Amino acid sequence: MPMDEVALDHHHDADHKPGFFVRWLFSTNHKDIGTLYLVFALIAGIVGYTLSGLIRWELMEPGIGPMLWIQTHFFGLEGAEAIQHAKHFYNMVITYHGLIMIFFLVMPALIGGFGNWFVPLMIGAPDMAFPRMNNISFWLTVAAFTLACISMTIPGGASGNGFAGGWVLYPPLSSTVGHPGPAMDLLILSLHTAGIASILGAINFIVTILNMRAPGMTMHKMPLFAWGILVTAVLLLLSLPVLAAALTMLLTDRNFGSQFFNPGGGGDPVMFQHLFWFFGHPEVYIMILPAFGIISHIVSTFSKKPIFGYLGMAYAMVSIGVIGFVVWAHHMYTVGMNVDLKAYFVAATMVIAVPTGIKIFSWIATMWGGSIEFKVPMLWAIGFIFLFTVGGVTGVVLANAGIDHTLHDTYYVVAHFHYVLSLGAVFGLFAGWYYWFEKMFGIKYNGMIGGLHFWLMFIGSNVLFFPQHFLGLQGMPRRYIDYADGFHTWHYWSSVGYLITLAATTVFFIGLVEAFVRRRKGVANPWGEGATTLEWTLPSPPPFHQYSELPHFTGKGGH
Amino acid sequence: MAHGEVKHDYHLVNPSPWPLIGSVAVMTTALGAVNFMKGLFGMEKGTWWLLALGFAMIIWVMIGWWREVIKEGRIGDHTPVVSIGLRYGMILFIASEVMFFVGWFWSFFEFAIYHTARAGAHWDAANPLYADALSRFKHWPPAGVETFDPFHLPLINTLVLLLSGTTVTWAHHALQHNDRNGAKIGLVFTILLGMLFTSLQAFEYSHAQFTYDGTLYGSAFFMATGFHGAHVVIGTIFLIVCLVRLMMGGMTPTKHLGFEFAAWYWHFVDVVWLFLFAFVYVTPYLVLGGGEGH
Repeated sequence: MPMDEVALDHHHDADHKPGFFVRWLFSTNHKDIGTLYLVFALIAGIVGYTLSGLIRWELMEPGIGPMLWIQTHFFGLEGAEAIQHAKHFYNMVITYHGLIMIFFLVMPALIGGFGNWFVPLMIGAPDMAFPRMNNISFWLTVAAFTLACISMTIPGGASGNGFAGGWVLYPPLSSTVGHPGPAMDLLILSLHTAGIASILGAINFIVTILNMRAPGMTMHKMPLFAWGILVTAVLLLLSLPVLAAALTMLLTDRNFGSQFFNPGGGGDPVMFQHLFWFFGHPEVYIMILPAFGIISHIVSTFSKKPIFGYLGMAYAMVSIGVIGFVVWAHHMYTVGMNVDLKAYFVAATMVIAVPTGIKIFSWIATMWGGSIEFKVPMLWAIGFIFLFTVGGVTGVVLANAGIDHTLHDTYYVVAHFHYVLSLGAVFGLFAGWYYWFEKMFGIKYNGMIGGLHFWLMFIGSNVLFFPQHFLGLQGMPRRYIDYADGFHTWHYWSSVGYLITLAATTVFFIGLVEAFVRRRKGVANPWGEGATTLEWTLPSPPPFHQYSELPHFTGKGGH
Repeated sequence: MAHGEVKHDYHLVNPSPWPLIGSVAVMTTALGAVNFMKGLFGMEKGTWWLLALGFAMIIWVMIGWWREVIKEGRIGDHTPVVSIGLRYGMILFIASEVMFFVGWFWSFFEFAIYHTARAGAHWDAANPLYADALSRFKHWPPAGVETFDPFHLPLINTLVLLLSGTTVTWAHHALQHNDRNGAKIGLVFTILLGMLFTSLQAFEYSHAQFTYDGTLYGSAFFMATGFHGAHVVIGTIFLIVCLVRLMMGGMTPTKHLGFEFAAWYWHFVDVVWLFLFAFVYVTPYLVLGGGEGH
């Protein structure tokens, strides 16, 4: 077989790169795979962001407007049928917006992109533990995204293509009664594929971190980003198989007559919610823990101080991960559960505020008395701390079962999780992007453009999401294409906020193009004495294979 | 590794086409599966060739990929530190498999333990659509379901699987002491016992008084035991591959990671069966009366 020849007989030395196709399609190099993940996340992010644009376009004015226009102009529908299809289309848009942003933007970028790039560099490893498996994690993510995109275009429910039951996929909406068409089946298999990719990636990260740290780098001296990825990977490894089981039950309920979630056969739809959230709650920490790690490094670097309370920071992440497994039913207070059970889940959920508080206060304590430089990554990091705190505080509000009975499925919840994800995880993502851009690509970005991007994004996303708290408190429900006129003002401002973030995103791409056109040569360590982790000891970009002679880590650790 | 400057023992793998082909194979399988179940792109429901093509591609990738791994092991890429990594990897893979089975046990326990709570839930019972089904689920196993007597065939199957756990350990010890013949005999016994288990399970399935589709008990029972059965088949194939490698002269007393992993996997399958036996077969039979029984 000729492919075996290609694969086995070319032993390469430290900086010999293979040809273009072999390098990017057959890659076994953690930095190249990290770059592939980042490019993929950028593309998937544009798709997800376009879908959010459709949502805000529709909700800018009361009544059913743009979605109806799409149905009449692109699909040639009229009258009541067009309205039905417009509603379905809107709900399909919010469903795929959620799934794509979670599975194909935040996870690939933070874990696949930065995790692949910087875990080996930071712990002093020449590559990941399983470089070839690393690549199938990436390509399976691409396959999953392709399947999800195809499922948007094939028959779903009675009134249109794609699945329109929300990203949580609850039966009976996701059962045959809700969506008889093949779109849901394909979406299930897409998530299975994404799940396999993530489980393999998780195994890879755990083994790399446990087995490949440089001599002298004990677990308690390991950079916090590696700690974040380690906890994330454990959560992925233990929570995704449960989702896989739930999805498989859903698939066989739909196609082979099993009765797991069908009350008519004695089954229980609420059990799907339990299984889903047993995955779904760890999933929200999966998305934020890598960002926690990134923020710790940036705050320490630009305050020119070691991180305050390093061990507390590391074990705060561990305890967030552990407690994250036993709070899932706080997403389900309204299913009719026993009041004692609610009391437990309220208490357990509130406990998470303790390690999270440790993190927030330790970041502030790191800045305290430091000589702070407000470079672009630091702006994003401080923005992250502020916005994540807002989202965290509304989270404590929602943790109360009593209050949640009123706020469940309102825009208050939407505002809450967009503050921790869209403004938390995504700000962490941009912080990492500006922190490591020069390291990854060996060129400098324009700090003015980066700053402009930050300020536009900060203002825009606050204008976008802050009014949604008010909408939620006034009773505006989630997942509705239309609303009473009284909600108009805040919906209007929310959509204006989207337009500001659109300007911000445009500035981001201008900054990206500008950096690659000008090609200002980067240096090994642009941040000076504050940047103490191992990746800054390497040239920018690092050689194709780094650490051919392993570094002996003699530092105190505690980054 | 052969190159001069590299002064560490980690394995830098050469570029490989298999991940990309594997991803295309998985995508083909997914599209093929939906095509088979629902019909896609104008093709009829029940069209099987795309699904078959997907599976064939996956098998091709598995053969090609693991051939590469075995070759690398043979030319010395699996240094002590890399072997530790591979062991961690297999343990973590098994951990994720355990969580997969947690899903099936979770659903089985929910139905077995909370059936009365749900049957008494007024908002469901008030619905005439559900009232009939829920009244049947006041009991678990539900009224009308005749479960297996755990102390007939399932007990024999338990013993078969436990015995196979000892024969695989026999094979392992023989291999460690360079008794290759002993290793082969032990493996042959393990494989035969695995196949016997699968056959007995198939026999039992064919005599079930309940079905997968249409009944909740059947769904929960066949999903849990069926996924276990699938893992037994995978484990048996894994052991067969080890036997073939042994017969072709592969594996040494000190280096036989493939064999170790097959044995770990086999023990994992064994333990899952013990849980199934205890909680799916025995406990409902003893505690809840086992429907009308045999």
